Amino acid sequence: MYAFTYHRPTSARQAAGLLAKKEDAKLLAGGHTLLPTMKQRLASPAALVDLSSCADLKGIARKGRNVVIGAMTTHAEVAASPDVQEAIPALAYLASHIGDPHVRHRGTIGGSVANNDPAADYPAALLALGATIVTNQRKLSAAEFFTGLYETALEEGEIITKVSFPLASKAGYAKFRNPASRYALVGVFVAKRGSEIAVAVTGAGEGGVFRWPEAEAALKARFTAKSLDGLKHPAKGINADMHADAEYRAHLIGVMAKQAVAQATGKA
Amino acid sequence: MANVTMTVNGKAVTANVDPRTLLVQFLREHLRLTGTHVGCDTSQCGACVVHLDGKAVKSCTTLALACEGASVTTIEGLASGGALHPMQEAFREHHGLQCGFCTPGMIMSAVDMVNRRGHALDEKTIREDLDGNICRCTGYHNIVKAVAAGAEAMGKGAAPVRQAAE
Amino acid sequence: MSATGIGAPVRRKEDHRFITGQGRYTDDINRPGQAHAYFLRSPHAHATLKKIDTKAAAAMPGVLGIFTGDDLAADKIGGLICGWMIHNKDGSPMKAGPHPALAQGKVRYVGDHVAVVVAETLAQARDAAEAIEVDYGVLPAVVDTATAAQAKTQLHAEAPGNTVFNWHLGDKDATEKAFKAAKHVTKLDLVNNRLVPNAMEPRAAVGDYDQGEGAFTLYTTSQNPHVARLVLSAFIGIAPENKLRVIAPDVGGGFGSKIFIYAEETVCVWAAKKVGRPVKWTSDRTEAFLSDAHGRDHVTHAELATDAEGKILGMRVKTTANLGAYLSTFSSSVPTYLYAPLLSGQYDIPAIYCEVDAVYTNTAPVDAYRGAGRPEATFVVERLIEVTARQLGKDPAKFRMQNYIKKFPHQTPVIMMYDTGNYGASMKKALELIDYKGFAKRKRDSGRNGKLRGIGFSSYIEACGIAPSAAVGSLGAGVGLWESAEVRVNPIGTIEVLTGSHSHGQGHETTFAQLVSDRLGVPLENVSIVHGDTDKVQMGMGTYGSRSGAVGMSAIAKALDKVIAKGKKVAAYVLEADEADIDFKDGNFLVKGTDRKLDFGSCALQAYVAHKFNGQDLEPGLKEGAFYDPTNFTFPAGVHICELEIDPDTGVTRIERWAAVDDFGNVINPMIVEGQVHGGIAQGVGQALLEGARYNADGQLVTASFMDYCMPRADDLPSFQVGMTVTPCPSNPLGIKGCGEAGAIASPPAVINAITDALGHEDIAMPATPQAVWRAAQKTLSRMAAE
Repeated sequence: MYAFTYHRPTSARQAAGLLAKKEDAKLLAGGHTLLPTMKQRLASPAALVDLSSCADLKGIARKGRNVVIGAMTTHAEVAASPDVQEAIPALAYLASHIGDPHVRHRGTIGGSVANNDPAADYPAALLALGATIVTNQRKLSAAEFFTGLYETALEEGEIITKVSFPLASKAGYAKFRNPASRYALVGVFVAKRGSEIAVAVTGAGEGGVFRWPEAEAALKARFTAKSLDGLKHPAKGINADMHADAEYRAHLIGVMAKQAVAQATGKA
Repeated sequence: MANVTMTVNGKAVTANVDPRTLLVQFLREHLRLTGTHVGCDTSQCGACVVHLDGKAVKSCTTLALACEGASVTTIEGLASGGALHPMQEAFREHHGLQCGFCTPGMIMSAVDMVNRRGHALDEKTIREDLDGNICRCTGYHNIVKAVAAGAEAMGKGAAPVRQAAE
Repeated sequence: MSATGIGAPVRRKEDHRFITGQGRYTDDINRPGQAHAYFLRSPHAHATLKKIDTKAAAAMPGVLGIFTGDDLAADKIGGLICGWMIHNKDGSPMKAGPHPALAQGKVRYVGDHVAVVVAETLAQARDAAEAIEVDYGVLPAVVDTATAAQAKTQLHAEAPGNTVFNWHLGDKDATEKAFKAAKHVTKLDLVNNRLVPNAMEPRAAVGDYDQGEGAFTLYTTSQNPHVARLVLSAFIGIAPENKLRVIAPDVGGGFGSKIFIYAEETVCVWAAKKVGRPVKWTSDRTEAFLSDAHGRDHVTHAELATDAEGKILGMRVKTTANLGAYLSTFSSSVPTYLYAPLLSGQYDIPAIYCEVDAVYTNTAPVDAYRGAGRPEATFVVERLIEVTARQLGKDPAKFRMQNYIKKFPHQTPVIMMYDTGNYGASMKKALELIDYKGFAKRKRDSGRNGKLRGIGFSSYIEACGIAPSAAVGSLGAGVGLWESAEVRVNPIGTIEVLTGSHSHGQGHETTFAQLVSDRLGVPLENVSIVHGDTDKVQMGMGTYGSRSGAVGMSAIAKALDKVIAKGKKVAAYVLEADEADIDFKDGNFLVKGTDRKLDFGSCALQAYVAHKFNGQDLEPGLKEGAFYDPTNFTFPAGVHICELEIDPDTGVTRIERWAAVDDFGNVINPMIVEGQVHGGIAQGVGQALLEGARYNADGQLVTASFMDYCMPRADDLPSFQVGMTVTPCPSNPLGIKGCGEAGAIASPPAVINAITDALGHEDIAMPATPQAVWRAAQKTLSRMAAE
């Protein structure tokens, strides 16, 4: 790592102040992407603003028809939360399958969402559930928020404070893990809210997380895994690497979508 | 340089460290607790797992300064007095280690697994939950047996002393 | 059998320190005043070094010294060596290019050592390394094993066509004749994928120089500290042996990769004198991927000839082996004498001919990795056998048994004289363990669930316990492969055993102590095993090739015989009896036909007190040493059967059952032996399903971390059913054959044979990743649909 100064504010407001004041400062959430990148000297912030003591960024609350999760809530906390398990079990399931147990004890929803790794799990859930990303400055829909590979609508100095998930009547997540890294090679989150159906795909898009309208249309007719029979996602625009070429990944989107629907309908 | 104070294996420690110092470096180089190992650069192998405020974390991906005020337990702090922790005893009894390098992380992860999932652990659960720990020697066969036996032993009154203290 | 003697599953003595965090690995060692080394590595696979400018870097904070290949040359420090001479078909010696510890004039792989910076802290050393300006003249990279010999670019001036050697073994004419007479010929093209050993402890070194004594100490992650000292002394020229101590403390796994003498430890120990400070280097995982010696990497065409009844008549094999950019310490032996002599497998094959071309490429050096040559041979043999059985419509188990060697000793056409074995017994037991009879039903059940189930066999043999010095010498080895031991009995009867073997996970501190406890009748806790320090153990050859039991323990057994013989002399004086009347039994020296006895501890005390005998007639003391050189290789053999299920929708392969039945001869500690089998299988399954080192066309290693190189994890593997059969080895006094590599040798073809059985075609290569299996399964499904 290159040298940096370290700061640990106790509120989001303080953190925003430090972020504005310090030259070339970066926010540190769980650190499980940023610190390895810094160790490899691929990132060199001059200052780190550690959000781990900002109590106002933590916690899970049920607010009416929404589950609101503080940005610094860890994956383990989301996975174990009775509120999440009851309201959106698929979201708890997703959180319980991010990385490994140690990573889940440190990694946070805010960090994951802000990083928008194309192979991360959360973006699929946010997009499919129509979550709202709340920052210290504004509210953004997931569709507006995720703008490309590792890119988001976050402005300089903007801090995610929480993510609000509207309840879904049915939801499911299925992931095919990269055998080595265990990130999502393909992850599909399906959600049914009223008559609205969303199928969001992570791990596979050249531009990051995306929705699969054809699958959504098929599921609108009938929300069952069978509805997806014979439906193939085209390989165009799909990621290719040594673990999976575009054709295989595209095929897995279909398989994972079915598994996700089966989970959502209690038939997994 | 910055000051950091934390509790390590029940003892208060204070040090002045470079902000770049990782928790694992702090343990190994400042405190000479060399039982916690570094086996990779990508937060995957789990040789560096310690308990931070009672939860297993990768100490290679945690800044020492971020542990201000926290309580850390390492493999050196697991046994109480002269008695081995039941999980340590189970690894020995079931030949759950060969070269010993991944072992401290394995044992710390296994204890954490029991804390999260209870004392009756089946093979599938253990194998899936060991996702964050890599062993190159044992083929995991005996590690899985050791974790199951250690979990059961922990349930038979032999509670982890350090966990209780946290 | 006593609770701690030979054959008892004694819990390991060494475990207490490992489970309490008290192990002492090289990176745990810090010397007063220690500085840190950082190696500037080549980002290019192939380039000339036009200029290295270290001026700005040398002025950076904390820098104590920056060294390049020129500095090593100026100090007349020799290059790294390859200790095994291979001769070409025409009798000429192999073509070895120089291998300087820091590059001179040219870099030849990504990760090659351009310069070293020694600084007060590692961060400072790394900062300074980034300030070194290197002017590279980038050259095209040679990467592909199969075509390296035809490449326009040449790595070493000494090696035209990038060819290290064209070697062969066997009787070409006899083999051609056998093929002409054949009714059936099976032909296969096989790739044995390149692997990265990935011991969990990365390599490390601490070099220290004592100015007063003019002596060096090197702490290093080595499987064979004495060989390291020999090479560093006699060939590289760091210091004479009496001025160079090499200590290999606890070592966190090796699997071959820590046999070799690498650039980093050479430079650390040399630089310690240059900067007047101890110098430490610890590899990170990325460096390990780039610069540890890799394993395997063969491209092979193989053919098997049979008669009308399915009797094997002959085999011919043509292999190209990639040895990387430089010849590592034992690299040349791996695709030659550790490979071709095993091509007879467990089968009676009258004629075999094997050709091996070894090539240089712009990739990390390739050398021995668990099994070393024997997994490659077993893969060739067992794939050929399985496919032949399928093509002949024979049951693969029965076809194997039909062709098994049944009479011993058996001389193969490729050097080896198999001493003993009972291959059919292992097969029979393995078939029972896996419930072969129930397989057809299980396959049908899988089919009903849309899954493809397959079963695959591997009847492996290996030559290990390497080995007779004269034999390996005649094959090109630069050193003999005996082992030494010294048994020091202390006055109160406690014992230190000094051994040239080196434990890095194998549990020698327990197994070796069991032998001593068993032979001398002393409690296990009274025995300490000392290893890994050239100042304590005089000489030794180290641990690799499954040799520590067969060779290392045999040396101990020989020294123990001498201790007992000496003890009898002492006891004769003390008990006032004739030496010929003294027996040694259960820890007591007894006078035949009387109740007079002297226990072992008392005898030891008497040996040192020396009051009861005249020093001129009998030397005081009780300490004996022995060197043991075996009379033959040992030949562990067995049968592994893998049963797996493929999900054709995702390509995911799950291993459902694994039966392993091995004949390791006599077993000292079955718990430890089974553990070795488990670990070996895991590495072989890793090779077959998950692992593969890949370079792109520019010579960049694209699998340079655990993010992309897939290590087996707990949920990738099943529990294993392990059984044993025993035919004691006649070539060493303990009857031991060795068990360290068997699993890794046996398992890859078992997996691939099971996958191809499930698929119903042979079109899959290692590693059979989900993507590869999915694609292969589509072919299966479309065939099934057509039928």
